[in-house]
Parts: sequence; C-alpha cells; structure tokens
Amino acid sequence: MMPGAGGNGSRGGIRRFGVRGLAFCVLISAGLFCLGPVLWQAVTSVKSDQDLVRLPPILPEQATASHYERVLLQSPLARSLVNSAVVAASATTVSIVVGSFCAFALARLPIAGKPVILGLVLSTSMFPPIAVISPLYLLMRGLGLRDTLVAVGLTHAVYALPLAVWLLTSFFRQLPREVYYAARVDGCTPLRALLSVLLPLARPGLAVAALLVFIYSWNEFMFALTLTASDSIRTAPVAVALFPGLYEIPWGDIAAASLVITLPVAGLAALFQRHIVAGLTAGSVKG
Amino acid sequence: MTGQRSTVTREATSRVCLSEQAWGYLLAGPAFLLVGLLAVLPIAAALWLSLHRRLPIFGVEEFVGAWNYVQLWSDDRFWAACRTTLYFTALSVTAELLLGLWIALLLDGLTSIRGGSPRWAQVMIILPWAVPTVVSAQIWAWLYQPDYGLLNYLLRQAGLATAPIDWLADPDWAIHAAVMMDVWKTTPFAALLLLAGLKTVPGDLYAAARVDGAGAWKRFRLITLPLLMPIVVIVLVFRTMDAVRVFDAVYVLTGGGPGNTTETLSIYAYKTLFQTLQFGYGSALATAMFLIVAALSSLYLLLLRRHLRDVA
Repeated sequence: MMPGAGGNGSRGGIRRFGVRGLAFCVLISAGLFCLGPVLWQAVTSVKSDQDLVRLPPILPEQATASHYERVLLQSPLARSLVNSAVVAASATTVSIVVGSFCAFALARLPIAGKPVILGLVLSTSMFPPIAVISPLYLLMRGLGLRDTLVAVGLTHAVYALPLAVWLLTSFFRQLPREVYYAARVDGCTPLRALLSVLLPLARPGLAVAALLVFIYSWNEFMFALTLTASDSIRTAPVAVALFPGLYEIPWGDIAAASLVITLPVAGLAALFQRHIVAGLTAGSVKG
Repeated sequence: MTGQRSTVTREATSRVCLSEQAWGYLLAGPAFLLVGLLAVLPIAAALWLSLHRRLPIFGVEEFVGAWNYVQLWSDDRFWAACRTTLYFTALSVTAELLLGLWIALLLDGLTSIRGGSPRWAQVMIILPWAVPTVVSAQIWAWLYQPDYGLLNYLLRQAGLATAPIDWLADPDWAIHAAVMMDVWKTTPFAALLLLAGLKTVPGDLYAAARVDGAGAWKRFRLITLPLLMPIVVIVLVFRTMDAVRVFDAVYVLTGGGPGNTTETLSIYAYKTLFQTLQFGYGSALATAMFLIVAALSSLYLLLLRRHLRDVA
C-alpha cells in the first residue's frame, strides 16, 4: 500500500489484513479437520491399554511402543506389508510398461477408432468393481491363481491401466511430433523410438502415473479381500480391516497398524503433492 | 514426397518390415488383451451369470432367464439398498462439492494475497486423500466409539450432548456417520481439482470486473463460477461414480448395519455373492448396479458436453 493513499488506504490495509487473518483461521481449522483424525490415531497408537478406556487425559502421561511391537512382531501385519509392497510394485510395473506402449500407439500411431478406444478406456474406469468381482473370482480360481499375490497384482494392474493410459496418452501428445519423426527418419523402429527417445522425455509423466497406480494398488481393498484367503497372502488394507480381536476390539493395535500402512503413501503424497495434483487434473480435465 | 522418403528409410533400415499401423496394434495389443480378459470378459460373464441360478454349495446351476431380475424387482432389500446408496451419494457429494469449493477459494485467495502458495496447507489437505480407505474407516470407527471415542468426549465438553451417542449402532446416525467419514476422506480431492481450475481463471478478468465496480459475490457468480463449471461437472462425475459404488469405507465402518440401514448396493451385492454364495442373484444385483452407474455417467457426460461447448 502506498503511503500517499492516506486514511482510506490504511483502512483498506486493515480490512485486507482482517480478511487475510480470517481466511487463515478458517484454513487452519480446515487443516485441523483434515489432520485431526490422523493425529488422534497417532496419539491412540502410543497410549497404554488402561489409557485407552478413559478419556479425560487426552494425551497419555507415558507413551508406549507396545502396540507397535505387537503389531509388527507378533501379528501377520509385517508379512502383509511385504505382500502389499510386492503387489503394488508389480502392478505399477505392469501397468506402466503395458500402458505406455498403448498410450504411445494411441498418441502417435495410425490405428483405427482412437476416440472409441479412449472412450472405452474411460468407461472401464467407471466400472463398479462389484460388477466384475464374481466372474473374476471364478476366473482366478479356474486359473489356479486364487489366493496368490499374482491374482491381486494382475487385477490391480488391469484396473489401474485406464488411468495410466489416459495420463500417458495426454503426456505423449504434449511432446512435439517432430521428435518422433526425427527418430524415425534416423532409422529407429517405432518401438526403438519409444524406448530410447520418447520415454526418457516423458519421465515426469511416467513418474506421476506410476505414483498414482502405486497408491491405488496399495490402498485397494475389495479385490484383495476377495481374491485372497490365507493370512500369509493378505495385503495390508485387508489385514487392517480384518484385524483379529479375541474379546474386544484392540483399538491401540489397530491405530498402530493404521499408521504403519498409511505412512508410505502419505509420505509419497506429501512429497509429490504438486505432481499428484497435476496428474489428477490432467487425468480428469482432459476427460 | 516426405511419405515416400520415410518409407524408403524404413525399408532400408529395419529388418522386420512393419507398417506404422501394424506397430500401433502390436504396441496397443497387450493393454487391450489384459483389459479384455480381466475387465470386459468378466462384465459379459456377470451378465451371463445373472441369467442363472447358481448355488455352488448345493451344486445347483440352471438357466433361469430373466427370473433373477423379476425377483430383484420385488426385493425390498434391493430397493432399500438403492435408497441408501442414493441418499449417501446425494448427501456426501453435495457436502464435498460445497466444502471443496470453499477450501479451494480460500487457498486461491491466500495465494493471491501472499503471492506464494501455502504449501503446508496443500500438504495437509492431501493427507486424507492418501490415507487408505480401510484405514479411514478404522480411524472414524474409533472416533465414533460411544464410551471413550473422541467425538462424544468433545461434544460433552462443548455441552452439546448429555448422553453419549452410539453413532454406529443408532439407525438414524449410522448413515450420517458414514457420510461424514466420506466427506473427510474425499473433500480434499474435490478441493485440489477445483483449486487447479481456479488457477486457470485469468486475473485480468477480476481486475476488469473490480474496475467496473463488481463486488466479491458478483465477481464469483459472473466470472469464477461459469469458468469453473467444467471442473465442477468433472468433480461431480468422479465423486458421484465413487459414491454410488462405495464399498470398503462403509463395509469396514458398519458392515452395512445396524439392521441393514447402511447397506449400499455394493455391500448387498457383495454379501449375496460371497456370504450367501448366490452367484446368479448376486450377479443380477451387480449388473443392475452397473446399469445405474452407466445411466448416471451418460447423463453426466451429456451435461459435461454442453458445458464444455458453452465455454469453448
């Protein structure tokens, strides 16, 4: 604000400051609303068993790691975390490899009926998973893949594929056509042009797509629940949902387990927040 | 000319001669194969299954035509599930859109006042989106715990409730508790998409409107809202699709209870399929749900097309 603006200006300044302050307060309460439940879960996870069943002390006098110990060392959760990591990593690999080939073909090669294909891709992402779950279950059982990580990983890869194809197609379209033609004129086959010229250029897009597929697979519940049966094959979300309680619900253990399985994806989301938002908007705005 | 030259080059250098088009099908093939095998084929199979009476435990498997659908029509539990799903969807999507728009406007306003984007706020807001749905159900189940849950404690401290409310066991509260959790989990998604949309509104438009004497509300109604409409519709489409097929959030939070009051279509279909093992009838339920989602999405796409054309 210029000093010469006089009383009017400073009043405007105060008003502006007031508006800013108000917006800030509201934003902080919105942030608390977002963060609060997770923080409460964090507090719960370090409370001792007797502190869990009384409330007035919001924060425990003494923090305990016993829930984490029990969850990580004496329950199948550690195993489930490994399973989830394997499933999410392989689902991401498959859908990014297959998806980038397909996206490249859709973006640069003359194949028939592209709009129809893209429309179909979009509509498969709108399938309610429940509509395919029973045939999928029967199919996996028929193939002898029921209760294996392969079944879960493959299913995740396929159901994340529309998202990957959609994102990567728009990414390849943004790369100048000339880059591709130049590679072709230099004697590359389309595959070679994709692998050694276009993919390195599309790295940011690949990273965003991979991140979104990974988070999807890590968090997915219904397919993982249905296609697995034994404790040693469960993924982490299924393990947390079916947390064993002998007599009463072990809230402290559940809280510890929740935080442990949330940490990887929450960390990724916080680190790459900007890219994720860009990816989500690219994936939807172009819809 | 150029076409001729590139043909020559290709023939000269590649050992296996494939046309561009053949390469296209070759590269797109694996994706089509996988999606066909694990997404399109199962949909067709579900349709086929829905025309059968299939009870694996009794070894029953017979073709019954549209019988399952006739039964569906007179199934009160199906209609109740439809009502629950639509109620859940309408309530949560409305709340998410309004709340998301509000947060997006705030974030956008702060950005333009301070110049820099409040990164911490965005990171905080993206957290619920990243939390696995199952975990969010467990987090809220604990908050809703009637005796030593935080929510009842806070209400008691604020003097808003005298007796503890049993959120998840009270038929009237349970569905609203589920809506509340869904709003917490998915508002960030709406807010972040809308924020990205707000960033594309050119600042000169506001400046011009301000010069013309338009107040904040008028600027919002006449500039922001029309330009934001495509994104609003997109958020509506995505959120509605997700809310209609909601499964894990509600399934883990309430299991469809108390007394089926929170049983959505997905949960009813899932229970029919995997708890009572009626594969035929369950598939009919799932197919009916697929049709509802398809109808809703085509309705939305029509809406979207009109809005996109208006802006373009």
